[in-house]
Parts: sequence; C-alpha cells; structure tokens
Amino acid sequence: MKFLLIEDNQELANAICLRMQLDGHVIDHADKIADGIAFAETGEYDLVLLDIMLPDGDGRSFIHQQRERKKDTPIIVLTARSQVSDRISMLDMGADDYVTKPFDHAELQARCRAVLRRKSGTTQTIVQLGDVSFDPVAGNLIVGDNTIALRNRELRLFELLINAPGQIFSKQKLADRLFSYDVDVSENAIEVYIGRLRKHLEPANVKISTHRGLGYRLDHD
Amino acid sequence: MINPRNIWGSLRNRLAISLIGGAALLTILLFIAVRSYSAQIAQHGQDSILDASVTSILDAAILRDGAVEIDFPYAALAILDTVADDRIFYAIYQDEKLISGYEILPRITTPSGIARDYSTVDVNDTAVRLVAASRTLIGSNEKTKITVAVAQTQDELSGTLNRISKNVALYGAGFFLLAVLLSVWATSTTIAPLKRLTTSVAKRGPQDLSPFEQPVPTEMVPLVSSLNNLMGRLDQSLNQSEEFIAEAAHRVRTPLATVRSYAEATLQRVDKEENRQALRSMVRAIDESSRAAGQLLDHAMITFRADHLDLQSIDLVALVNDLVLRLTPIAEMKDVALQVHADTDVMVQGDPILLQNAVRNLIDNALKFSPIDSVIHIHINAQPTPQIVVLDQGHGFPSDQINDLATRFTRGKNADGIIGSGLGLTIATDVAVAHGGSLHLSNQPNKGGACVTLSL
Repeated sequence: MKFLLIEDNQELANAICLRMQLDGHVIDHADKIADGIAFAETGEYDLVLLDIMLPDGDGRSFIHQQRERKKDTPIIVLTARSQVSDRISMLDMGADDYVTKPFDHAELQARCRAVLRRKSGTTQTIVQLGDVSFDPVAGNLIVGDNTIALRNRELRLFELLINAPGQIFSKQKLADRLFSYDVDVSENAIEVYIGRLRKHLEPANVKISTHRGLGYRLDHD
Repeated sequence: MINPRNIWGSLRNRLAISLIGGAALLTILLFIAVRSYSAQIAQHGQDSILDASVTSILDAAILRDGAVEIDFPYAALAILDTVADDRIFYAIYQDEKLISGYEILPRITTPSGIARDYSTVDVNDTAVRLVAASRTLIGSNEKTKITVAVAQTQDELSGTLNRISKNVALYGAGFFLLAVLLSVWATSTTIAPLKRLTTSVAKRGPQDLSPFEQPVPTEMVPLVSSLNNLMGRLDQSLNQSEEFIAEAAHRVRTPLATVRSYAEATLQRVDKEENRQALRSMVRAIDESSRAAGQLLDHAMITFRADHLDLQSIDLVALVNDLVLRLTPIAEMKDVALQVHADTDVMVQGDPILLQNAVRNLIDNALKFSPIDSVIHIHINAQPTPQIVVLDQGHGFPSDQINDLATRFTRGKNADGIIGSGLGLTIATDVAVAHGGSLHLSNQPNKGGACVTLSL
C-alpha cells in the first residue's frame, strides 16, 4: 500500500517509515501541513497518517482542506493526546480513525485495513504470486476460481509470507507479528495457522515449506 | 451543588417587608389624619349650630324696666334636633345667677361681645358640647350681663365620625392591599435580573466559561463584570493546564512512539533470541507506561467531570455500537468477535464522554483476557435499570479477589503478563457511581468467563 505520513518529529517519522517499508509498503513523508498538501495534490495515496500538532498549524486543518477539495483518501490521525473528547472531535472533523502514540503497528495496520474496507471495499494493491491472488484489504485469497476469506491471523501471516517470497521466517518472528507482545504464545500456535494456510493453498502452485530448525518459507514452483 | 455557609437574609424578603411595612405605616397615618380632620369638621358643624342657637337666644333677651325678659325662641333649640335624638341643655344666667335652664351645666364665664366659649364638658357622665356667650344689656340707668350656654350630647356626631372612620378604614385597607400587590410586583421586577443571572450561571455546562452577555441593571454591572473577570481567569488557567497536559503528553508520547517503532522494526531484522527478548521487553515496558499515563489522565479527567456531570440524553445502543466499531480492528487481531445484543432504544441521561470511557474500559478488559477465537457478548438491557453487561470467555476473575478488583491499582492475580494499569475497573466504577449506578463483577456460573455489569 502507498502511505503519506505527515509528522514533524523526524525521528518518529524515520522509525515509522522504516517499519512500514519492512512490511513492503511505500511511504512518503512530509513534515508540515503545506508539504503534506503538496504531496496529496501530486500523488495518489491509499491512506494518510496525520500528526495533529504540526509546526505550521493544527493537523485538523489538513483534514478540513482535503475534505473541502473532495479528496476522500482515508485519514488516520496519530495523536499524542488520550482525552476521549479530543478523539471524538477528531472523528467529527472527518478523520476516519485515530491511534494514540505510541502505537502498535499491527493495530495501525488493522485500522488501515478496516478503514479501507469501509471506504472502498478493495484497493488496487492486489498481490499476485503464481496462480494465487491476495487482496490484503478485503482479506481474500483467490486460488483459481475460488475466493477464500482469511481470518485475521491467517491474513496477517499470509501477508508476511507473500511480501517476501523465498525468505525464511522463524517461528518466533512470526509469533511476534501475530500475537501481541504481552501474551506468551507457544510456538506451536504458529503451526496451527500454517496448517490452515496450507489447506487453503492445496490446489495452488504456491506452497509453504518447512525448514527444520529455521522456519517457514513461501515457495512458488 | 455547594451551598454558601453565610446566608444573610433575603433581598427579596427584605425589600418586600420594607415596602409593605412602609405602606402599613402610611395607611395608619392616613387613617389617623383623615379621622382627626373629619372629627374637626364635624365638631365645627355642631359648634356652628350651637353658636347660632346661643346667638338667637341672646338676641331675644331685652332689659325692660330693670328686669330681663327673654322671648325664648324655640326655633333656637329646634335647629339642634338630630336623627340620633341628642339631648339638649341650656342655661341662662344673669350676672352669674341662673335664671332659666339646667343647673347641671358647669358655669362658664365669657366676656361680653362676640366672643364664644366652646368646650366639651361632662354632664351626668356624658360628654356634651357646650357653647357659651355673653351680652351686656344696657337699660336706662343700669346694665346687666346675660350669659347663655347651650349644650348638646354628641351621639349624632360620634355616629357620623364612626361612619367616616369605617369608610376611611375600608379605603385604607384597600389602599394597603394595593400597596402590597405593588410591593410584590416591584420586588419581583427588581429581583428578576438577579434571578436571570443566577439561572444562566446554574444552567451552564462545566465547560462553558464564556462571559455573560445579557443586559443587566447598572447596579449589577460591577458584580457581572467581576464574575466575567473570574470566568476569564478560570478559563485561561484551565486552558493553560489543558494545553500543558496536551503538550506534556505530546512530548512524552512522541519519543515513546519512536522507540516503539524502532523496536518493532529491529525485532523484524534481528534473529538472535536474547536480542529479540530484550526488544520484546522494551515494547512491553513502553506499552505499560503509556497505558498507565493515559489511564491516569483519564482517571483525573473522570474525577473532574464526575463533579460537573454534563448530562445529555444518550442512546446507549448507539454509544456501544460506536465503540464496538472502533474496537473491532483490535478484536479482529486476536480473532475475537464482538457481538452486541441490544434492546431497541435504551435511552439514559448521562455524560457521553464518561460513559464511553467506562464502557471502553470494560470491552478493553474483556479483549485483553479473551482467548483466541472466542466471542465477547455485550448486552444492553433497558430493564430493570439501563445496564450494559460484558461477557467474555476468558478465565474469569479470581474468586477471592473479586471484591477488591475495582479498587485503584489492584490487578487480578491471573493478569500476569497482560498489560494494564489497574485503573480500568476503577474508572468504570467511578463513572457508574457518578451516574447513580453501580458496577458488579462476577463469573459466569457454567462457562467460567467474566461477567461485568454496569448499571445506571
């Protein structure tokens, strides 16, 4: 997916960009509202991530400007405030959702997916590998004529694998991405989800292979 | 509502009492004045008649051959006839010696001429009005002084006076009644702007610190301007502290977000298990501290708002549905389903921000303790009282701790490893209590799993 990040804190922006790029997303960064507006004019984005406190004004004025120009690219606000009233006013202003800093990227992505699903149904970012098509927003896996709706963890697991085919992911790495950091999950739990995905992929020419002691890999004959 | 301790009378009563008291005093004075004036007039009337009577008797006296002759004019007494049948006395003296009439009349000496002597005297214990006059009769070689006194009882006079008094009293009472009505009206009109100001202060929401704009009488201008001044300063200091909190949160949370994002990114690239473990601990600590900070701020805000509830009519079903929509992405990450079971239209009077925060905490809790692939049921009931019941399929509350969990910073023994501040249930309880309700924790009898009921 293609993101526009408007955030004035350079360090945080770098961290978010790095994190997003590791997930295979494209992300442009603007550090003030004026630049953000210029980016939004020239580029097509799936989603805007917007900080509220910016050097040249309140992030809400960006939302206002976009909505005024009939641009309905979904906007997710990154807020440092936790007051409920503030959250509500941001949604009133036309933002589609918000996350409170510091945020869990898995949650941010879940919110992005939910917002995109609500707004448009699908995006143009359908990933194709072999005879498998994958729509990360709708959460659909299309194998031949068969469309399978993936459950959330299956979806996130498959998204990881398909964004880096041929790369081996250790069980621990996958577990860290699938479960929140506060629960101790046995590595066997991953096997359950790998098993489910394998079942979905049975008719396809894309397979998940096990590498003993190393992890799993998505292969395409 | 805080009542001031020093209440010193009521302006309205004080004003009304002084107006009504003044009117009463004026009425009494008027009564006395009118009564004494009419008494004077009536007395004057009686005196004139008596005077005429005396004069005509005196005029009838002549001195003939050294003897006094009076052709008594009976009309002189007839003019004194009254409806009340007042008794009439007369006496004629020649040189201080009674020659005709009643002896019981007291002697009056008056100089000859046009001078008249008026007096009120007692005759047989009855007050009579007595008029006396003298005349010197001059004969050929002698002169003698004739004194005539005519007296009349005052039954007719006092009857007239009583009638007048009665009428004056009636008018006075009417006048007094009118004055009372006017006083009440005047008091209310005077107090009205004060009352309007009071109502407009009382009706304000906790957030409304704007100055008062309605027109007020001159005398109230200093009060209103001081009030506006105070409001302004309060607003400013509230804004400052709000901005301060926002700024502080921003300063703290933004670097935390940087650290968390880097930690997550690094976690993706690091393979060595002990490094991964350290990064996981880092993320966990960040989550823990940011959550605690958030909950503490929320708790402070709730304590503040609970004192100044901003009551509105709220559709609980809509409120819960909004929250569920907002929390669905988080639930989906755990493959947990949120199911809302609602009676149609559950309307309550409440503070939307507080209620939202409380319910959010309950659902958050349920999400944290829900096992993978489970369902959280949220019931919204209208009866017996409006309530929200959140049921999860986790391991429930430790039964020996169930009564303490809503206390501040208390966490369940089985919450190990799950991030939390120990404030969630405290916030929910505070909100319930502020709305006159309660929070009840229990475990579902057969399935285990927590059951939290927020009653309003």
